[in-house]
Amino acid sequence: MALSREQMAMRVASEFKDGDYVNLGIGIPTLAANYVPPNISVMLQSENGLLGMGAYPTEQEIDPDMINAGKETVTASIGASIFNSADSFAMIRGGHIDFTVLGAFEVDVKGNIASWMIPGKLIKGMGGAMDLVAGAKNIIVTMTHTDKYGKSKLLTTCSLPLTGVNCITRIITDLAVLEIKNNAFYLKERAPGVSVQEIKDKTDGALVIDGVIHEMKV
Amino acid sequence: MAGFNKVVNNYDDAMQGLKNGMTIIAGGFGLCGIPEGLIAEIKRKGTRNLTVVSNNCGIDGFGLGVLLEDKQIIKMVSSYVGENALFEQQLLNGELEVELTPQGTLAEKIRAGGAGIPAFYTSTGYGTPIGEGKDVKLFNDRPYILEESITGDYAIVKAWKADAYGNCIYRHTAMNFNPLAATAANVTVVEVEEIVEIGSLSPDQIHTPGIYVDRVIKGTFEKRIERKVIQQTAPSKGTQ
Repeated sequence: MALSREQMAMRVASEFKDGDYVNLGIGIPTLAANYVPPNISVMLQSENGLLGMGAYPTEQEIDPDMINAGKETVTASIGASIFNSADSFAMIRGGHIDFTVLGAFEVDVKGNIASWMIPGKLIKGMGGAMDLVAGAKNIIVTMTHTDKYGKSKLLTTCSLPLTGVNCITRIITDLAVLEIKNNAFYLKERAPGVSVQEIKDKTDGALVIDGVIHEMKV
Repeated sequence: MAGFNKVVNNYDDAMQGLKNGMTIIAGGFGLCGIPEGLIAEIKRKGTRNLTVVSNNCGIDGFGLGVLLEDKQIIKMVSSYVGENALFEQQLLNGELEVELTPQGTLAEKIRAGGAGIPAFYTSTGYGTPIGEGKDVKLFNDRPYILEESITGDYAIVKAWKADAYGNCIYRHTAMNFNPLAATAANVTVVEVEEIVEIGSLSPDQIHTPGIYVDRVIKGTFEKRIERKVIQQTAPSKGTQ
């Protein structure tokens, strides 16, 4: 069975390493903060200028001067730091963020990602996504394997305007964990109860299946 | 002292000299850390054909969004413009031009503009529509695009506290683009919650040194929250 959003977030969080500085995009990536394994610590960066993002506030703690990049009220964790937007993106562009998790509309076998614009519909803007894919050391895309019409989002070539080129190496979908190399998707894990054939059918770009593909642990 | 006294006592003086067709760099991220009174004064003055450089354009009826109501803005330079119906409408009607700019590139364009650097290379946007038509250069075998910096006629900035010399500090994430905007315009106007005694701010804690600031005005702020999210009583555990 395909993973729920929460299960995808859990699988993403299992990739974190103790001591990682992490930037999480809006949506499923943000949910991953709820599932950081108990034996490790990560520090969350929010690109509006906060390193050490804490939990959402209680009603008493709400402060309009303390928000995250999704413009939601947040708190700062103990040991947090706050800085201006140029410093924030110096951290990102300069390769100091260990781990970035982003959503996407499409990813292709060359590691290209499209996530910010659907022509013909309204353009809302890329925010910090282009800087994040250009700068982070380790980027994971998490998204559903297919769109709402059942069309694969793992393509030979992205059809939508790109956010970045040759930058994505790992994808966690509701069906599978895949790596991108040698112009192909390499299937690494499958969701519990999901067959290799189903993943094959729903992957448009070249898919390499090497050996036995185990079910992921969620 | 008099030559360094930046304090003005009314909004008319604060935005004096702003003319049709000028470029304004505005601090703020969403509705957080925005100079509410200075925006209201621009609306009151009715200055038109403005180019506004700001990460966002407020929302309908609040923040920079109010300048759309009388079509005072002809061009926005922003990274994200969602959640604003009037903005969408004017964009689709061709009444408003938008130069979408990646957020980090936008911050660096303003920082560089204030620091006297006319352009810089960045990998952000290479191979995307943002990189089209821009100079590409390889450094250590990686492609970078040339981005030009931004300067403005006016900067409108929101700080927490300032002294009469214009030394400013910001509070929490209301800092965002404000210190950058403060450096990059001919006339920098800072609206603050509190004007403090000269010497009461520790010199090594000042975020924006007064040299960048031309006018300081004490404002009152609504500080509207765009997305109020409250902690759940227990974090969700996901499905079993």
